[in-house]
Order: sequence, then structure tokens, then C-alpha cells
Amino acid sequence: MHPASIQGEKMEVAYYPGCTLKTNAKDFEETAIKVFELIGIEFKELDKWYCCGTVYSLATDNLMYRLAGIRNLIRAKEEGYEKLLTLCSICYNTLKQANLMAKSDKEAMEKINAFMDEEPDYDGSVDVIHPLQLIDKKFYEIKERVKKPLNKKYAAYYGCLLLRPKEVAIDEYENPSIMERLIEAMGGEAINFPLKNECCGSYNVAVNREAVIERTYRIVLNAKKNGADGIITSCPLCHFNLQEMQKEVKKIHSDFSGLPVYYFTEIMAEAFGVKNEGR
Amino acid sequence: MDTILSKVEELSGENLYACYQCGKCSAGCPMVEQMDFLPNQIILLIIRGDNSVVESKTPWVCAQCYQCGVRCPKNVDITKIMEALRLLKLRKNVDYIKISGMKKNLPQIAVVSASRKYTG
Repeated sequence: MHPASIQGEKMEVAYYPGCTLKTNAKDFEETAIKVFELIGIEFKELDKWYCCGTVYSLATDNLMYRLAGIRNLIRAKEEGYEKLLTLCSICYNTLKQANLMAKSDKEAMEKINAFMDEEPDYDGSVDVIHPLQLIDKKFYEIKERVKKPLNKKYAAYYGCLLLRPKEVAIDEYENPSIMERLIEAMGGEAINFPLKNECCGSYNVAVNREAVIERTYRIVLNAKKNGADGIITSCPLCHFNLQEMQKEVKKIHSDFSGLPVYYFTEIMAEAFGVKNEGR
Repeated sequence: MDTILSKVEELSGENLYACYQCGKCSAGCPMVEQMDFLPNQIILLIIRGDNSVVESKTPWVCAQCYQCGVRCPKNVDITKIMEALRLLKLRKNVDYIKISGMKKNLPQIAVVSASRKYTG
């Protein structure tokens, strides 16, 4: 048995769910908590949290829209955590960028701290992390937990917000490979997937659905042409777009046959043999 | 007097004159098929002082994916320029969409982010 085995070190990490993990992406949360516990990482949900604001505000003068991110980081710090983990790619991006601002923009933080005078001042000391960043550290635990090797071909879809802007990237932003390593560790095959870091159209789905249907067509077709049996992602909005818009794609392209879309934790649960446990 | 260039530069914090029109932003943009002006053309219009740029469809189909910004050889973050153009409209209390007109059965994350990006 490898020294860093399942008897290895256990860790607890503060967990920020965000709005969609409690609703549309409930499967993501349930499988994530289960599979990460099996490899020695326990998610401790914050006692109090708020919506992160979803998209990070980019205007130089718009600090108001960044308050939600900072407030959540203060909650984590208050509860004694130095790291805050979140599953959703959009929450990850927004919280991470808010924290980078807290570390580097003294002037902005003076204003924010003064505005939120009911809160303790925040200094950027809570590191925002995504569970995919823990995969390499837990590689051997993952391998040892596999009961049912995947034996399928997967396209690892990263989308945009785990990788860009480059300051927040969880991996190389033009050619990430964490999810590919995860697939291979569980006995699956990671296919070559050139569109893995191209945006799915994101919130355009609310108002400009045609654009997202077109994006879904290109992305899913690219995965399919490269031999994928399924696509994995870590973003509830990518998941919604790529899965739901395939129905619309079929109406336009009758020869399109589609692919199933999974959260990366769902295929972990499948490989670990715990997929429908406790439901 | 405030020009469209000075307003965009102030809101975005970006130096538009750094752009040398190589077109790498437009080459990588996943949404170009939906745009009336390409991202590099938007920069050119702003530099030329063309106020009609605020009526372009381009900033509204931008999904803030940051691909343009990370690939720009001159480090111009076009994502921020698109945000500035949206805000020039939204801050005049002009909503780009009616929230009631949003598609049904969307995940929260889509509703909240679209509300933030398309309404003032």
C-alpha cells in the first residue's frame, strides 16, 4: 500500500455552497461531500453565508457589488478558517477575485472596511480554493478508492471561470489537465478536447438563448468527434447550458445525437461505487 | 469635456491606445458570431470617438469569459471595456432586458448573473 493511503491525514475545510448548489445542482453537492469524505477531506459548511453576487463586478468604481464576496470571506475568518472551498466555478471565481482585491487594493479595502463598519476589517487572509486543486494531493487515495473503474471516455470541460483571469487559474489556463488526471486515475480515458476552456455562453441563456444553443452545439460536437462518451464539468451553469440546450440543438440539427453531462464528483461517486447511496 | 474614450478608460481602468489591432481578442472570442462589431473594432470605434458604439450589440453578448484579456499581447483587458460599455447604458437607468421576460426554469445562477449584467 502506498504511504499516503486512505489511512493518511484527514483534513477539514470550510465549505461555501452558494445558491445553485442547494437547488439545481444538489446532485453536485451531495456527491462532492460524499466522495471527498472518502478521500479524507471533510467539508464544513459555513454557519452563515450569502449569495456571492455571481459575476464579479469589473468597473473600477463599483465596490458595492464586491461586498457580498468580502462578507462571505469574513464569515469564514470569523469561524476560524484560513481556507474557503467552493464547488461552483462561478462562486470560486467571484470569491477568489474579491480576495485578490482585498490583498492588493489598499484603497478599495479602506473604503469597504469603512462602509461595513459593523464587520471586522478584512485583510485578504482567507485563501479561496476549489476541490479540483486537491486532486493531485489525494491522487493515491482516489486510486485506492476506485471499486468500479470507469472504462469510458470523458471530455473534461473547464469552461472559463476556473481558469481566467489568469490570477485565479486553478491550472494552466490555456491547457489545464487536472480533470484529465482525475479521469485517468479512476480508470477512464480522457480524450483530447480542444474546446475544453471555451465559454458555453454563460448567463446569455437567460436572454439570448440562440447563442448558447450554438455554443452547446460546437462544444458537444467537438467532444463527440474526439470520441467522448460523456462530458464532465464543475460549473452548475455550464452543466445546465450544455445539458439542457442539447434538446434545442436537436431541433436544429436532426443528426445531432448528444452526450450526457456530469459533475466531476458524479463520476467519482460512480467509480467509488457510492453513486446512489443514501438517497 | 468627457469623451466616450475618457469615460470608458475611467470605468474600465484600461489604456485603449495600447491596442495595436492585432485581432487576437476577436479570434479567441467564443461569442463573435453573435456580435455586430468585433472586440478589436469596438476599441477602434471608441478611440475614434464614435458615440454610437454604446448602441452596439457586442457588449451585451459578451459573457465575461476573459478569453480576450488573457490572450491580448498588450495586456488590454477587453472584458473590462465591455463592462464599461454596458454600464454607460445601465447607469442611465436603462435596462437591457425586462426581468419578467427572462426564460423560465433557469438555475438561480443564471437569473442572478443576468440581472446583474443586463439591468441597472
